[in-house]
Amino acid sequence: MPALLELKQISKRFAAQCAVADVSLAIERGQFFSLLGPSGCGKTTTLRIVAGFETPTSGEVWLNGTRIDHLPPYQRNVNTVFQSYALFPHLTVRENIEFGLRRKRAYGCAARVANVLEQVRLTGKENRKPDELSGGERQRVALARALVLEPDVLLLDEPLSALDPQLRKQVRAELKDLQRRSGITFLFVTHDQEEALSLSDRMAVMNGGVVEQAGTPREIYQRPKTKFLASFLGAMNWIGGVGVRPECTRIARESNGNGARRGLVTRSVFLGSSIHVETRLENGDVVLAQVAANGDAYREGETVHVWWNSSDELHFPE
Amino acid sequence: MLVTLAIPSTIVCLYSLLTRGAYGGVERPWTLENFKLLGDPLYLMIFFRSLWIAAAATALCIGLAFPLVLFIARSRRKNLCLSLVILPFWTSFLIRIYAWMFLLRDTGLINTVLRGAGLIHDPLPLLYNDGAVLLGLVYGFLPFAVLPLYATVERLDPALLEAAADLGAKPLDALFRVTIPLCAPGIRAAAILTFVPCLGTYLTSDLLGGSKTILIGNVIQNQFTAARDWPFGAALSVVLMMLALVLMFAARRHGEELV
Repeated sequence: MPALLELKQISKRFAAQCAVADVSLAIERGQFFSLLGPSGCGKTTTLRIVAGFETPTSGEVWLNGTRIDHLPPYQRNVNTVFQSYALFPHLTVRENIEFGLRRKRAYGCAARVANVLEQVRLTGKENRKPDELSGGERQRVALARALVLEPDVLLLDEPLSALDPQLRKQVRAELKDLQRRSGITFLFVTHDQEEALSLSDRMAVMNGGVVEQAGTPREIYQRPKTKFLASFLGAMNWIGGVGVRPECTRIARESNGNGARRGLVTRSVFLGSSIHVETRLENGDVVLAQVAANGDAYREGETVHVWWNSSDELHFPE
Repeated sequence: MLVTLAIPSTIVCLYSLLTRGAYGGVERPWTLENFKLLGDPLYLMIFFRSLWIAAAATALCIGLAFPLVLFIARSRRKNLCLSLVILPFWTSFLIRIYAWMFLLRDTGLINTVLRGAGLIHDPLPLLYNDGAVLLGLVYGFLPFAVLPLYATVERLDPALLEAAADLGAKPLDALFRVTIPLCAPGIRAAAILTFVPCLGTYLTSDLLGGSKTILIGNVIQNQFTAARDWPFGAALSVVLMMLALVLMFAARRHGEELV
């Protein structure tokens, strides 16, 4: 079965620079798919090309077996949750949510609005204006306004970035629930790796306008294909050109014999559930080890031994 | 404020309550006679004509300014475009109205060219009618509509228009459902800034309207000059000022600041 949404060798050049270069992606129906990358990596441009706000310089976008890259936004069956939410300030919550239904002259408008309001827990706030809502409520109106149209793909442009950190974690869980219950395909753009790792069925990591790797979060985290990915996703120790995750790094006062290296503890940070111990090896490399909080405590200046399983090593061609 | 607004307004109000002097000026006793004169059907007619022409000019100004402003806001040379809008102010309004007379009169440029091309036989009656006055007003006050409208259109978040398109609104639909409602404060400001001066105009109607199009501004001017009835002219001015004030407060009822 072909993918629901397919990007074929999409490139987008603005006046001087190339924002997106030769990006190809395939997203299956019902998936939660994330585009992750540092700011300026081209992930938002890619999303805007799918939405129809940008025309690709070259390449094709296929949705549901139809080529859509030449269609204006109002003829594409995708909807966007904007980073700024872009709620219409002169309309009430209900009117904002009805906006799309009215444009499509949809039947059963009232029932659909009531249903989506319940899904995002905004029942009773229908007659408020956006400036009378909290940040979290505004975010849910933006979500409801797009979801009510039951698009083939829902595009989310950093929808959590404007929320405060505590709320963000809660909304993250709700978002995942909502996606599961509605069965709508999500294309989610974020620069937050924790969000991408925890939410996605599949994800693609972008850097400098190209897709570095696409796959499940586990694949990309455990077997990153490039050095950039290894450093960008999670923490990574670089010891003589070899990458080792801090959680795979073992540390002890006594050497276990084979291949353990000696070092001095330079810092020990208690994080509640774990302790981060930073050690300077004799060759000058600094290694971070993540150890259980209930294990041994290490003092700064103490001599320790550091080792890891060779199967946990990540090698990259220079 | 005191010197430029309060004192002249007070003088006008006081004059409107006095009796006309034999050779212009005012003398006692105090009276309301001047305001009673306003009930005369002749002056009521002129008042309604003035309201109608000012309203038409305002509607035309906004109708023309809105597309222009949308164009300027999207153009790459915004500052150049705005400078061009303000450029006519570098020349006296009087001279610009005279220029229109030279264009519009029977032996003017437009009629001469059309006759030369053999398109018409007799000159078109372009000057000295309501149409000419309306043209002059729209020409003169268009910049007053463009500037406040531009200020609101400029501040419009482009993401809102993207959201409208995203939700299925075609461009015209988005214009009427999103752009225009959100620019309402600018439209109100533009309406006030064009309607009020259009209502009090006398130069444009005097030069382009001739003797056929008498507006309230011309009547006021006439009372202070030829007719030498200062109190009545002052009474007309007071009514005009009241009308303008009522409109301003009506437009501000939502608690918005003008411009």
